[in-house]
Amino acid sequence: MSEHLDPSVLAMLQEVMEDEYPVLLDTFLSDSEDRLQALRQAHEVRDAEALRRAAHSFKGSCGNLGATLLAELCRQLEESARAGDLAPLPALLEQAEQEFAIIRTLIESERQRHR
Amino acid sequence: MPSPLCILIAEDSPADRMLLATIVGRQGYRVLTAGNGLEAIMIFARERPHMVLMDALMPLMDGFEAARRIKQMAGEELVPIIFLTSLTESEALAQCLDAGGDDFLAKPYNRVILDAKIKAMDRLRRLQATVLEQRDLIARHNEHLLNEQRVAKAVFDKVAHSGCLDAPNIRYLQSPYALFNGDLMLAAFKPSGGMHVLLGDFTGHGLPAAIGAMPLAEVFYGMTAKGYSLAEILREMNAKLKRILPVGVFCCAVMLNLSFQRRVVEVWNGGLPDGYLRRLGSGERIPLRSRHLPLGILDSSCFDDRYEIYPMETGDRIFLLSDGVLETCNLGGECFGEERLLGVFAANCQPDLLFGEIQQALSAFRGEAQDDVSLIEVSLMEQGQLPHSPLIFSDSGQDFPLDWSVGFEFRAETLKHFNPLPYLLQLLLEVQELRLRGSVLYTVLAELYSNALEHGVMGLDSSLKRDAQGFAEYYRERRARLANLCDGYVRFHLDLRPEGAGGRLSIRVEDSGPGFDVQRMLERHASTEHLSGRGLKLVRQLADRCSWAPDGRSVCVEFSWPARHNPPDCQLAQE
Repeated sequence: MSEHLDPSVLAMLQEVMEDEYPVLLDTFLSDSEDRLQALRQAHEVRDAEALRRAAHSFKGSCGNLGATLLAELCRQLEESARAGDLAPLPALLEQAEQEFAIIRTLIESERQRHR
Repeated sequence: MPSPLCILIAEDSPADRMLLATIVGRQGYRVLTAGNGLEAIMIFARERPHMVLMDALMPLMDGFEAARRIKQMAGEELVPIIFLTSLTESEALAQCLDAGGDDFLAKPYNRVILDAKIKAMDRLRRLQATVLEQRDLIARHNEHLLNEQRVAKAVFDKVAHSGCLDAPNIRYLQSPYALFNGDLMLAAFKPSGGMHVLLGDFTGHGLPAAIGAMPLAEVFYGMTAKGYSLAEILREMNAKLKRILPVGVFCCAVMLNLSFQRRVVEVWNGGLPDGYLRRLGSGERIPLRSRHLPLGILDSSCFDDRYEIYPMETGDRIFLLSDGVLETCNLGGECFGEERLLGVFAANCQPDLLFGEIQQALSAFRGEAQDDVSLIEVSLMEQGQLPHSPLIFSDSGQDFPLDWSVGFEFRAETLKHFNPLPYLLQLLLEVQELRLRGSVLYTVLAELYSNALEHGVMGLDSSLKRDAQGFAEYYRERRARLANLCDGYVRFHLDLRPEGAGGRLSIRVEDSGPGFDVQRMLERHASTEHLSGRGLKLVRQLADRCSWAPDGRSVCVEFSWPARHNPPDCQLAQE
């Protein structure tokens, strides 16, 4: 699970957030859905700059939650958008959606443990 | 206890914002949060947090713009802004700094680094606050100091400007703030119509340098008005400064006693650069060297009041300067120096222009303004060209008729050390009507006294003073004989009587000398114009009546005045 969601990061977050830990996880999930939505939209209207910014922000919050692989995919999306290279974008977006689905499952089970 | 540090977090990602707010809050700080730049500046304006953690990319208004606005609102106060960023390109980081960012914090967040950065920024913030506080304190102190200086200068100007620096025979150059460079320039008419001039330079700068100027000016003006001599005034100034000034504070000074009637100048220089006496006729330049320690150093018992005497002719000029003149620097740090000054003297063709030429040479030499230059030119004029010398009294005097007489006998030991004229003058100036003729009285008393002392008691021959060499010889001899005087006397008899509604003053001066051939002396004085002849002629002109005893050992002069019709509202003496 570590490449999807870094357990040491989760442990740190749990320590910092204490009782608020489940709320943080919920917040991350709903925020991430918004950000994936924003990425898709930017891609549909071929707005490379908007896509770059959305990928950049998403990369930041993935990093904070220990979602290492998803953060890496965001970095690649950001790079391609910056370079104006739109060809790899559909595949990268697809991969990001799949990765987020995995993370959602992992986080929900983590969420169960802290109910 | 100071209120806890308040930190604004501006971050659009709810999860990141929540995480950061929790980390910061757990560390004991007060936390405010904003979801975009616009909200951030609104919260800043309302809550004035001490520090801002700012995400760069946010909707509505990005972090760069928000940072700029917040820095603007903060003004001089340092509100540290730490940019939260996973930006890696140097261009974007530079953009954060351009917008006023003070530091960066990379995502993912690290609690330890975050806390260290907050603490470092808080130190910086408090340092800046201290600097501002101290700057304001210094500004307030400075304002206070300037105000004190303005007051001190206003008081001093009242004292210093009671003199006659604006007399037509004086030209001078002095900064309006010379007082705070320690420079001092004083000039006053003596009761006899002559003039005392002093150029002084106190050690140090600022108020400590200015503080001694007051008592010095008071002594100078007070004693000059009462008819004291150069030596007596110097002695008193030295004693007073020595008494009141701390060790290491003293006053380099040159003092002149200019007599327009006798056409001589007495010079005492203690510690100032050479002054110069420049002859109109020959162009000869005589240096007036410092031969003494400055005022305020020696005890009265060691103080040396010996001065030099030079004859002067109409149009001869004396230049006195502070060391600021010689030390005037050009841009290369070179000093103006004595050689350049003497060069200006040598190049001068029209004596009238010399003062201006020195001034021009100084300003051409120095690249920038320097204001510690004091320069004064005093020339000998015919007495008639000078304004009447006003005597100023602080009381209104006796205005009823007086009827008294008094006699003094001053004997050798006293004649050596004591000048009786100020005492006699003060006694006489108690009489309201005599105040109007104070200068005349003083001049007559001074002439009669010096005649009685020099020719009567000491037997000096006034014909010696025919030329400059004899003149110097005369004063050398005078000094020597006075020092060795062991007998002889000068007597004054003053007699004041009402006469009708007015009054009459008789002064008889008698000496122990062998007497002289009155008739021959008067004839000779009527026909010649040599240096010795002016005194007696002057007495005869000034007194209402004047007669010599047949044995030539005593002289009697009289002043009388009619009934007073209206009380004098003007207390100035008119000759």
